[in-house]
Amino acid sequence: MTLLDFARGPAMQIAIIIFVVGIVWRLVGVWGLRQKKDLSEARSKGAWVGGLKGLFAHAWPYKPFVPSVGTQYIVGYVIHLGLFIVLFFGTPHMLFFADIVGFTWWTLPGGVITFVAVITTVALFIALAKRLTNPVQRLISNFDDYATWFVTTLPFVTGLATNANLWPDYETGLAIHLLSVWLLLIYFPFGKLMHSFWFVVSRYTTGSRFARRGGMA
Amino acid sequence: MSNTTTEMTLDLEAKRLSVVEPGTRVDVQGDMSDEERVEKAMTNFAKDFGRVTATYMEACIHCGACAHACPFYKASGNPRHTPIWKIEPFKQAYKREAGPLAFFYKAFNLKPKVTVDELKEWQELLYDTCTLCGRCTLICPMSIDIATLVGMARHGMFHAGLVPHELYTVTEKAQREGSPLGATPQVFEDRVEWMGDEHEVEMHMNEDQADVLVLMSSIEIQKYPESMAATAKILNQMGKTWTFRTDGYEATNFGMLSGNTGWQKEMSMKVIDTAEKIGAKLVILPECGHAYQALRWQGANMYGKPLPFKVQHISEFLADAVDSGSLKLKTVNKTVAFHDPCQVSRRGGATSAPRKVLEALGVKLIESKSGGSMNTCCGGGGGVITIHRADTLRYKVMGAKFRQLGETGAEMMVTSCSNCRQNFDDSGEKLNWDKQMNSLLELVADNLVEEAEK
Repeated sequence: MTLLDFARGPAMQIAIIIFVVGIVWRLVGVWGLRQKKDLSEARSKGAWVGGLKGLFAHAWPYKPFVPSVGTQYIVGYVIHLGLFIVLFFGTPHMLFFADIVGFTWWTLPGGVITFVAVITTVALFIALAKRLTNPVQRLISNFDDYATWFVTTLPFVTGLATNANLWPDYETGLAIHLLSVWLLLIYFPFGKLMHSFWFVVSRYTTGSRFARRGGMA
Repeated sequence: MSNTTTEMTLDLEAKRLSVVEPGTRVDVQGDMSDEERVEKAMTNFAKDFGRVTATYMEACIHCGACAHACPFYKASGNPRHTPIWKIEPFKQAYKREAGPLAFFYKAFNLKPKVTVDELKEWQELLYDTCTLCGRCTLICPMSIDIATLVGMARHGMFHAGLVPHELYTVTEKAQREGSPLGATPQVFEDRVEWMGDEHEVEMHMNEDQADVLVLMSSIEIQKYPESMAATAKILNQMGKTWTFRTDGYEATNFGMLSGNTGWQKEMSMKVIDTAEKIGAKLVILPECGHAYQALRWQGANMYGKPLPFKVQHISEFLADAVDSGSLKLKTVNKTVAFHDPCQVSRRGGATSAPRKVLEALGVKLIESKSGGSMNTCCGGGGGVITIHRADTLRYKVMGAKFRQLGETGAEMMVTSCSNCRQNFDDSGEKLNWDKQMNSLLELVADNLVEEAEK
C-alpha cells in the first residue's frame, strides 16, 4: 500500500469517523444538559426572532467597536471565506466530493483558487502574528489556539505545494496534502474549530435571551 | 501579608503619588483548607450550570475582542482585565471536570486542576474589575454572555470564602439587618416620616392593602432620601393606592452581587412575600440598576414560579404615566445627557423608558457616543463601588465616562440609578468634575404640573 493509498483509504475513513462521532459527542454533551426555564415575565413574545437577529447582528461589530476590532473581523472573513472557496470551488476538491455525493458543480479557474489560497494563507499568518504579539491575545491563548492554527494552515501550505508541484514526488505530495486535511478533521471535534457550530448556538441563545427582555445583545 | 520593596515602579502620571500596581490584597473568609475552598468554589459554580452556560464555555475562540468593550481594560490597558480571562479558572475547571471531553482532558491532564492560589489571584478580576455590565457581549463575535459567567463564578467564590471584605461585610449586614447600609426597618420608617414632614408630602407606611408596593434602595434611604418624597409626590398626584412596608422595602440584593444564591433568594422573598400579603398588583423598583435585575429578571426564578404581580423600574412606571397622560410635566428648557444604567437598559431592556420621560419634560436629549444600550458603564456597579482597593481603577473608568458625557456639551446630566449617581458624586469630587449627576425621578417630581395648574 502506497502512502497515497493509505491516505485515500483507511486514513480517510478513520478521520471521517472521528470527525463525525466527535462532533456529535460534543454537541450532545452540551445540548443534553438540563436548562431551567426562565420564569420571568417576558417583555415581548417571539424571542426566537431576536435569536435569528443575533445570528446576523454579530456578523460585523457594532459601530462603536469597528475602529478597535474591524480589521480583526476582516482578517477573520478572509480566512473563513478563503477556506470555503478553496474547499468547495477548487476543481480537484469538487471532483473529490463529487465521487462521494454523486454530482458535480461549477468551479473556479485554478489560478483564482491559487490566488485565494495564497491570500488565505497570508491572512492565517497575520492572525498568528497578532496572536503572538498582541498582549491580550497572547495572554488568553492556549495550546488549542496554536494547534487549531497549525491544522488549519497545514492543508493550505501542502495544497499550494502540491498545486505548484513542489514535492519531489507528486503522489507522495498529494498524500501528504490529504493527510494534512485528515489531521484537521481529526482535531476538529477536540478544539475550537467547533466554533463552526457553537457560533450559531451561542449567538442564537444570547439573541433570544435578551430579546425576551427587550435588551441588547 | 505582603513584602515592601523599594524596587516598585512609581506611577508618576497619577494625581496622587503611588506605585504602579501595588500588591493586591486578597481577602479570605472562614476557616477552610485549601482543598475545601477549591471544592466549594467548583461545586457552587457548577450548581446552576446548564445548557446555556455550557454553550458559552465552549464557544470562546480567544479572539480577545471583549477587551475592547470593557471599561476596566480600557482604563488599565492590563490584559488580565480582558473579560473572558476573568473566568479562566472556571473555564479550565469546566473543561476538566464537566465538559463533554472532560474524560479526555483529565486522562491526559491537559487542563490542570485549579488551585486556591489561582482563585485568590482571580478575586480581583471577578469582583474589583467587573460590574457585570455586559458590554463585552456586544462585541463578542460568538455573543457570549460573559457577565452571566462572572456571576456564576462569584457563586463559587462566595462559598469558597473568597469575597472582598467590604462586599462580604455589607452582604452579611444586609442578610442580618435587612439592609446593607444600616437602613434597618426602624431607620427606614424614621426617614420616610422625616421626608414626609420636610417636603409636606403624604407618606403611606405599612398599609394592609395597596395596589402598589414601593421599594427603595439603601443608597436612597441613606444618601438620597429625597427619592422617597419624590416617589410619594408622584404616586399621590396620580391617585394610586400605594405603600412602603417595613417588612419588604429593600430593593438592593447583595446576595446576588456577592454570589450567595441562598441569600439572594431570601432577600427577594422578603419583597415577594410582602407584595403578596398586601395584594399588590405592581411593585415599583427605585432608581437602582441591579435591583431591577434581581427582581424583574431573576425574582420569578428565585420564587420558583411566575410572580403574581408586575415589576417595573421607576423609569418604566414614569414612562407609562406620561404615555397615558396621567402625569403632566412642566417643560425643562435644558440640554441633557443621559447615563443609562447597564442593568436597566442593555441588560434590562428598558432603554426607551427614560427617553420617553425626558421627551415629556421637553428637554433636548444629546446622546453620548456609544450611548443607550451600548452605553459605557460608570464602573461602580456589581458591588465594585464597595471595594476600596478598586478605587483607583474605578476613578480611571469614571474619568473616561466624564469625558464621554462632557463631549455631548449638555448642560444637565441625568441618570436613573442611585448607585451610578453615588459613583458620579464620589468620583466627581475626586476628579473635580464640573457637573453633577441628577436623578430622573427627582427631575420629574420637581416638574409636576399640579392639579390646579392643569
